Amino acid sequence: MTVRRVMGIETEYGISVPGDPAANPMLLSGQVVHAYASAQGIRAAHASWDYADEAPLRDARGFEMGRGMADPSQLTDEDDPSLANVVLTNGSRLYVDHAHPEYSSPEVTSPRAAVVWDRAGELIMRESVRRLSQVPPGVNLYKNNTDGKGASYGTHENYLMRRETPFSDIVRHLIPFFVARQVMCGSGRVGIGQDSRTAGFQISQRSDFFEVEVGLETTLKRPIVNTRDEPHAVADLYRRLHVIIGDANHCDVANLLKLGTTSLVLAMIEDRAFEDDLTVNRPVHTLHQVSHDPTCQEIIELRDGTRLTAVQLLWRYHELADRWLQDQYAGELDEDTADVMRWWALVLERLERDPMEAAREVDWVAKLKVLQGYIDRDGLEWSDHRLKAIDIQWSDVRPDKGLFHRLRAAGRFEELVTDDEALHAVHEPPTDTRAYFRGMCLAKYPDQIAAASWDSVIFDVPGHSSLQRVPMLEPLRGTKESVGPLLDRSVDAAALLRELASASG
Amino acid sequence: MPSQEQSRPQRREDAPDEAPEPTPASPEASARKENLDSDIDSVLDEIDGVLESNAEEFVRGFVQKGGQ
Repeated sequence: MTVRRVMGIETEYGISVPGDPAANPMLLSGQVVHAYASAQGIRAAHASWDYADEAPLRDARGFEMGRGMADPSQLTDEDDPSLANVVLTNGSRLYVDHAHPEYSSPEVTSPRAAVVWDRAGELIMRESVRRLSQVPPGVNLYKNNTDGKGASYGTHENYLMRRETPFSDIVRHLIPFFVARQVMCGSGRVGIGQDSRTAGFQISQRSDFFEVEVGLETTLKRPIVNTRDEPHAVADLYRRLHVIIGDANHCDVANLLKLGTTSLVLAMIEDRAFEDDLTVNRPVHTLHQVSHDPTCQEIIELRDGTRLTAVQLLWRYHELADRWLQDQYAGELDEDTADVMRWWALVLERLERDPMEAAREVDWVAKLKVLQGYIDRDGLEWSDHRLKAIDIQWSDVRPDKGLFHRLRAAGRFEELVTDDEALHAVHEPPTDTRAYFRGMCLAKYPDQIAAASWDSVIFDVPGHSSLQRVPMLEPLRGTKESVGPLLDRSVDAAALLRELASASG
Repeated sequence: MPSQEQSRPQRREDAPDEAPEPTPASPEASARKENLDSDIDSVLDEIDGVLESNAEEFVRGFVQKGGQ
């Protein structure tokens, strides 16, 4: 095992209408999904549970893929915006989750690919904002995780794991890691406390919203380790670890490290490679305290009495991973794993010497540098609205208004993914997971697909009285290598299904 | 217990371990810091022009419903 595994990122975007804080966010989120989907020729809000007397469809709960072209003005009061819910040709899901538009990336197999399809997601949101701006005042979207007034919304990571791994091992080794991980991966926030009752800056957008160590909830009493068990795959073999504690990242390096280091820690847990028990005393309290100290000097106390900083605790994990990889591969690492290990060490070295040195790699550092610049130049206090406004505007998805994007365009960040790669991933699926089959079916046979979900595609083929469901419970099947030629020679869905049936019969 | 002090991680062989790390005034670090300082003015220049003009109203208007 390496950093490579089946993984993905889901992001709920902040949403607002300029000058209209009372606008209905569910309706707006529906408009966001619809604006993008209709431009792709997909009807977003489909009254599709009418299909439900077909037995196959009941199994395919989740999302709906409509047929035919939609009129862009079609999202009206008669459509329930909470049904806006589509699958895109890149294998992702774009839909309304609670009161936010959400992009769930397709399944990928490397942290770098996760960054590519995450960046694609922001481009999709940006395109929707551009379309909606044609009718002022438009709708703005923010890739962040809190409004600073007490509300938080998530950026979740998903990792496919072996079912046989005891969940108690995951909890034991992951909680200390997550307490510390924020210093590499936090996105920075103005305000301390869920509702920002204390003025100041903290490392993470999300940390203050975490109240328990382990649990099932995701919208209240949020747990450091979430127990949701919905594998979207063969349940006897796989678990999907649903990680809800991370911030939305703009920096490629921080995003790569978020996925890559976590995947490595999980690989060591699966391999029972942890000799050390790094259990942290009072993890929830410590999580908050670490976030509240941008000097990165806050002391974490382990159960065995060791006292160390978050950076030092992350060095412990790095050391364990390094030794384990040496044992497994004798230094012959695949490129993805070598990249993650290199960036991991480099970022920890910088954070250790002076956190401000990581401004090209880590979101919270870059944000703090700008905020501190305004404080110094204009003599502002942390309670100043201008600093709060910068915090929000930092994550605006528009290239001209989003402060991160302005600075990125000026070359102020390390970039691991090119604009061309991200653009390509807006339309194209990853080639090495079942997302390839899903995305390519949607691209090739859009009129013959009734619905799709993570683990199935449902076809509605002319001449057949019932819908036909193709299950995809193995995330690594349906790759370009295995189904590419079949898709190439199948002129329509009927031909595809005929061949699939004869192959399995 | 060896100590209640902060424990330092060991370095791998590829890290330069002779110079007792973190010496905040190491040449590389201070050079980097100077660059950061002279850099910040141009960063602020880049974003001054696009900041929301009425910060208070903008902040007040950014109200979200909780999500997952």
